[in-house]
Amino acid sequence: MPVTVKTFQAASEAASALSSDRAARYLGGGTLVMRDLNEGDVSIATVIRATDRTLQGIDAAGARIRIGAGVTFARVLAERDLAFLHPAARSIGGPAVRNMGTVGGNLFAPAPFGDFTVALLALDGIVSLQGSFGVRDMPIEEFLQSRDRQAGALVVGVSCIRPASADAFRYRKIARIKPKGGSVITLAAHLPQSGGRVTGARIALGSMAPTAIRAKAAERALEGRPFDAGAISAAAAAAAEGTAPTDNSLASAWYRREVVGVHLRRLLSGQES
Amino acid sequence: MAKTPLQFRHNGRDVALFVDGGTNLLVVLREMIGDLTPKFGCGQGGCGACTVLIDGDAHLSCLTLAEAVEGRAVETLDGIKSGPNLHPLQRAFAEGFAAQCGYCTPGMLMAAKALLDKIPQPSREQVVEAISGNICRCTGYEPIINAVLAAAASLRASA
Repeated sequence: MPVTVKTFQAASEAASALSSDRAARYLGGGTLVMRDLNEGDVSIATVIRATDRTLQGIDAAGARIRIGAGVTFARVLAERDLAFLHPAARSIGGPAVRNMGTVGGNLFAPAPFGDFTVALLALDGIVSLQGSFGVRDMPIEEFLQSRDRQAGALVVGVSCIRPASADAFRYRKIARIKPKGGSVITLAAHLPQSGGRVTGARIALGSMAPTAIRAKAAERALEGRPFDAGAISAAAAAAAEGTAPTDNSLASAWYRREVVGVHLRRLLSGQES
Repeated sequence: MAKTPLQFRHNGRDVALFVDGGTNLLVVLREMIGDLTPKFGCGQGGCGACTVLIDGDAHLSCLTLAEAVEGRAVETLDGIKSGPNLHPLQRAFAEGFAAQCGYCTPGMLMAAKALLDKIPQPSREQVVEAISGNICRCTGYEPIINAVLAAAASLRASA
């Protein structure tokens, strides 16, 4: 069924249009919205787009980097300053999907997709939302928990921590179809250390709940301890706590719960998967 | 519902038409222009059969909103051969038995062309990466990978 397509130059205008139309969906790269349209989703009456160049911006100068919501994964991969995010970007789709899919759109991807969001969650991501109220920032965890209620606001960008060292951030996607495929489990860990002890660990998991979630029990197991085999074992043992995976064609919920600790142990130990 | 005017370049020729809102590029190419080389596979971006080049980069036409190609250059398999001569990629696929049912072949060829246009001498790993979004249910991929490498060598030899 035809829909009305509205293209705006300014993100603020697109946000206004989005907030005033309950049957509107914002189209970034198209990998989610067009799929729904192709499947005949009649709940979409209006498609809203924005050509605002601020949505394409990358500011990698500071300790926190900012990525516009419209930045594609191919752009991320072309940006040397974002090298720590390259494994996450490279794990998504094939080249065609990476030429289309956007950082902002990935926030809305349901499991077993949304791998880039897992990395952002581990890196203390903050989502910038434009609504009728103006622009406001929201921690990514809060955003993900209320994602379905954010329909009237437009994501304009995301910021995240730049890891202090290459070893401080680790990412791995477990997939059955290699080199690309949906996620069995996706793991990301930010492990800052001070005085030989882990301080402020953040571990994020994908495909272990409807959205990316933090493995808070595993984080607690590492916090304040030397980053050694004992701490890693404790974190691995706690990895499944608080998770709520579902069955799909790639893996059962049971399997995901069984193996998440194994993969977390391998990630933290620096072993190959 | 009002139709939207749309202009873009299709294989080097200007195209102007009107589309219904929400129409995807694959429908425009196949049903409105009559270019049947991009195939409809899954309609979800999962198989790569509909891969085309937009301004030189591989895109999935089934997930591309038609309005998004306004003023841009779209290249399909129909446009890659030169007159009566097959493109070296097409020739390599034929000579290397890199197609069986053939349904994935147009998408594979366009994904491979996007690679060779940017990287004339790709490694095997780069070829695997380039076609990683394209599903083939027949060949087991090895003949396809070998054909892309053979085409790359052929293109370099003729450059």
